[in-house]
Amino acid sequence: MLNEIAFYLIAAVTLACAVAAMALRQLVHCALCAAAAFAGLAMLYLQLDAEFVGFAQLLVYVGAIAILIVFAVLLTRADEIIPGSRQSSPSSLMGIAAALLVLSGIALPVLSSPSLHRLPVTTAAAPVKLIGVELMTRYVLPLEMAGILLTAALLGAVVIAMREEPETKLDPRPPAPRRAETGEVVSLP
Amino acid sequence: MNPLLSHYLVVSALLFSIGFAGAVARRSAIVVLIGIELMLNAANLNFIAFWRYGAHPEALTGVMFVLFSITIAAAEAAVGLALIIAIYRQRKTTQVDGLDTLKG
Repeated sequence: MLNEIAFYLIAAVTLACAVAAMALRQLVHCALCAAAAFAGLAMLYLQLDAEFVGFAQLLVYVGAIAILIVFAVLLTRADEIIPGSRQSSPSSLMGIAAALLVLSGIALPVLSSPSLHRLPVTTAAAPVKLIGVELMTRYVLPLEMAGILLTAALLGAVVIAMREEPETKLDPRPPAPRRAETGEVVSLP
Repeated sequence: MNPLLSHYLVVSALLFSIGFAGAVARRSAIVVLIGIELMLNAANLNFIAFWRYGAHPEALTGVMFVLFSITIAAAEAAVGLALIIAIYRQRKTTQVDGLDTLKG
């Protein structure tokens, strides 16, 4: 009973935060509500006995991705909030209708299939030691691929977001001394 | 007493459609990216719920899948936000309907 109440509370908070993240006008508020929704999902993972995944979710989403989103908001902040400007796209009603269609397409089959209305049959546990052993034996190739993917993605992100400085390499002339340009008198001792 | 499996699946479906609505209805590219992350997280919740309520939770397949999915989502978020910053530098906007250069 207590477990159920906790589930409903966490689920309600998570969904409310997700709605707020999608609906608020200020981008910083959106990012913070998204972080709260990710934290609520981590709580749901903990309730489902997946401790390692829950803490990984907290570390990766709340710790890293939310900060990354806040930084992106910070770096692209000039034109966002113009009073009177629309935040939704012109076809947003169509989008919301499509989302409701998707929701009914997933939720109605779930609710109408009796085999999904069930309690867990066994006790489950995902101890960290077992996860580590599995990662090093059965899943070692995906693990290595994930390492390569992360390296490539982070290098790519740095290269894409790096500020380009045009004509620094194409210009054959040596850079003129700055003091001579500004006409500043350099007094030598 | 635990909640039923279908409760988790309905929460996941709601989360997915909220993220979908945000991804298709908002103009800001950053909110679109947050919506995509929400959809990924909804799929992860399904994996964990089916792992927990399945007949063989000792196989750890759902947990492993979610771990790799979180890894890939992190890589995707990093590249996506870098792309948004690069586009902002060039076009001075992150509104997705302002980026219509390829439109015929």
